[in-house]
Amino acid sequence: MSQTGRYRLRITFAKEEALKYISHLDLARTWERALRRARVPLAYSGGFNPRPKMAFAAALPVGYTSVAEMLDVFLEDRLTPAEMTRRLADALPAGLRVMAVAEVEPRLPALQSQVRAAEYSVRVAWPGDGTELEARIAALLAETDLPCERMRKGRRYTYNLRPLIEGLRVEAREGADYRLWMKLRYGSEGTGRPEDVLGALGLADALVNIQRIALCV
Amino acid sequence: MQISERLLDKILPTVATPARYTGGEWNSVLKDWDSAQVKLVLAYPDVYQIGMSNLGLMILYDIVNRQPEFLAERVYAPWVDMEAAMRQAGIPLYSLESRHPLGEFDVLGFSLPYELNFSNVLNMLDLAGLPVLAEEREEPWPLVIGGGVGAANAEPMADFFDAFAIGDGEEVILEILNTCAQAKRSGAGKEELLRALARIPGVYVPRFYRVEYNADGTVAAVTPTVSEAEPQVLRRIVSPLPPPPVDLIVPYVKLVHDRGVVEIARGCTAGCRFCQAGMVYRPLRERSLSEVLAAVEDIVQKTGYEEVALVSLNSASHPQIEQMVRELTSRYQHPPLAISLPSLRIDTFSVRLAELFQGRRKTGLTFAPEAGSQRLRDVINKRVTADDLLTTAETAYAADWQRIKLYFMIGLPTETLDDVAAIIELVREVRAVGRRYHGRRTQVNVSVATFVPKAHTPFQWASLVGEDDLRARLDLLRRGIRKGGLRLSWHEPQASVLEAALARGDRRLGRVVYRAWRLGARFDAWPEHFDWAIWQRAFEAEGLDADWYARRERTFAEVLPWEHIENGVSKAFLWDEYQRALRGDTTPDCREMCLACGVAETLGCEGAG
Repeated sequence: MSQTGRYRLRITFAKEEALKYISHLDLARTWERALRRARVPLAYSGGFNPRPKMAFAAALPVGYTSVAEMLDVFLEDRLTPAEMTRRLADALPAGLRVMAVAEVEPRLPALQSQVRAAEYSVRVAWPGDGTELEARIAALLAETDLPCERMRKGRRYTYNLRPLIEGLRVEAREGADYRLWMKLRYGSEGTGRPEDVLGALGLADALVNIQRIALCV
Repeated sequence: MQISERLLDKILPTVATPARYTGGEWNSVLKDWDSAQVKLVLAYPDVYQIGMSNLGLMILYDIVNRQPEFLAERVYAPWVDMEAAMRQAGIPLYSLESRHPLGEFDVLGFSLPYELNFSNVLNMLDLAGLPVLAEEREEPWPLVIGGGVGAANAEPMADFFDAFAIGDGEEVILEILNTCAQAKRSGAGKEELLRALARIPGVYVPRFYRVEYNADGTVAAVTPTVSEAEPQVLRRIVSPLPPPPVDLIVPYVKLVHDRGVVEIARGCTAGCRFCQAGMVYRPLRERSLSEVLAAVEDIVQKTGYEEVALVSLNSASHPQIEQMVRELTSRYQHPPLAISLPSLRIDTFSVRLAELFQGRRKTGLTFAPEAGSQRLRDVINKRVTADDLLTTAETAYAADWQRIKLYFMIGLPTETLDDVAAIIELVREVRAVGRRYHGRRTQVNVSVATFVPKAHTPFQWASLVGEDDLRARLDLLRRGIRKGGLRLSWHEPQASVLEAALARGDRRLGRVVYRAWRLGARFDAWPEHFDWAIWQRAFEAEGLDADWYARRERTFAEVLPWEHIENGVSKAFLWDEYQRALRGDTTPDCREMCLACGVAETLGCEGAG
């Protein structure tokens, strides 16, 4: 059995409402089983406990939906993107949807290391008109230092949120709610979280839902 | 009215493992609500991760959903954080498939796997907004029925259930649902429905039996009060076994047993005297090699599982087990499929078998000598010797396993501290064998459970050993089994007193269960939630004594509270086995010779002998 898998397909997929409470580990198992049902010739690691060779771009927090998740799968035998899409059609549970499949050079670096930003569409309940929202956003973007608190392994630490925000604006009004667009840095140099941005805008309690709409690689 | 997603979105982000409350799993079945004549929800009184591993409910789910006129959905006990969130938000307990509150179903079918789940049943009924007492549910719907191994003595739960299905559920479930369909069409009242149900063989309607007690508290008689109720409710069996379910639900959340399952046999011929399953699943019915292979192939295709377990009470004794494992391991190399067996026998054959299915992985081997001394193994009819175990261990260590796990029980009838000391000795001998092969890397893990006497077994008359004695025995083990590659795991003995009281309890214990639940008892099987003080207060308030139920040795003449449930194995046989146990006489596997346990006459048996 090959250690690397000779072929590599990149699947862009949506994780919808029905699956938004599934954790990242659960999602990985779900994909493995779906790929097995689809009779995709997955490459497996050697060793006593063979694991399928697959890698996600970025874990999606529990509760978010997404239309832009990415997964690389390594295959033993060649499968065209169209054939992959066809086989997956009857094997994916409700809530997982293939958006695109592309063949990728197997020797390219790991997908996870290439993500540098992510875009989100964030829905907030906001009773007033948009002017006040726009003003808060403008004020926030004018700052250079936005100290923010986070917990890691039970310890509180402070970090600067501002450099993690690459873009932020009011996108649209939806019924009684507003939809915000955010582009936040992702990766080893810090990852921005939509909830923290809402917190900085004083909108922590206004959150309705968060959808990831793009991963920038 | 279905529970809305928007409502759930308010609470699910605040609870642990929310995906266990949202359903939608692969192979789950969502049928049209309005066109189903009878709507059943299958309920398991423990968390999703445990309940979803239960094969019995999966079998019923499969059978019922194949019928065009019925639907079956699922519900599990919400963990305490979810329960609190639901109560606060005013959300009733709802089914995973269509998110209908349980009260909108026609039938609630509870699996009763274990006595320490009892309080959860009451809590789930209450969370559904239903009266927990059957007599307070005046409308026929939802009908609350119970089944599973816990129904073997369901008396402590008689106040809460409308009916119990005794034995295999495959056929009786459809008879029950057909009867319900008829009652719905005719607009029958509850009494009429229950009388119709009581006519179905294997269905026990507790309210149609009057229990009288002697002055000393023992049962005097259990008598039917209506003509539809039989004096003895005979356990149902299916024979041969119908094809196993293959459209198994594939969960998102990781389960306790997260794998495909094929039941390769039901029933067991070994005759271990402590084992309730060994008595209440008789006779032995095996699936053929070809049927098992076909089922595994279907499961692999339909679920994508990366592991399939071949389960039964004694999988290594299936006559075609070796071929089965050989065939499966060679057939599924790419992608790899792990094969597992839940139990191994103590013999070299089992080690060879494990070599086939564990391959190079060699994660560890588990054996269950159950008792440390030969005398006590004879008492419980576990017919293996220390030599058998040491030879088996030697074969395993020589084949490069480094870790062996051994299961023992303490508190077995006639046990003394010498028998417990013999466990330590045996464990050390196993380690000594291992060290010849692996030196200090040798590991022997020892797991000790407290023996609890159960209904319908030869030890149903025996006493639970007292808590102080159990502690002394545990202390001895804890001193003797530690360090040097030995590891001991055990359970606190207090929960065993409750388990023993409920396992052989009578109908009066319903009041204790009710009161304990009102005082806050739930998840009693979880050490972090079990609160003995609550149960003690409940026993006391009801004027009943847990020790009287748990620790009193019964006589043959006593009417046992579950005698009107006819398991098929005769009381005379069980008593004879008990007496042989006390004399230290063993009884052979009934594959070798028929022991006239009674099943051949009552239920039919095609075994050897």
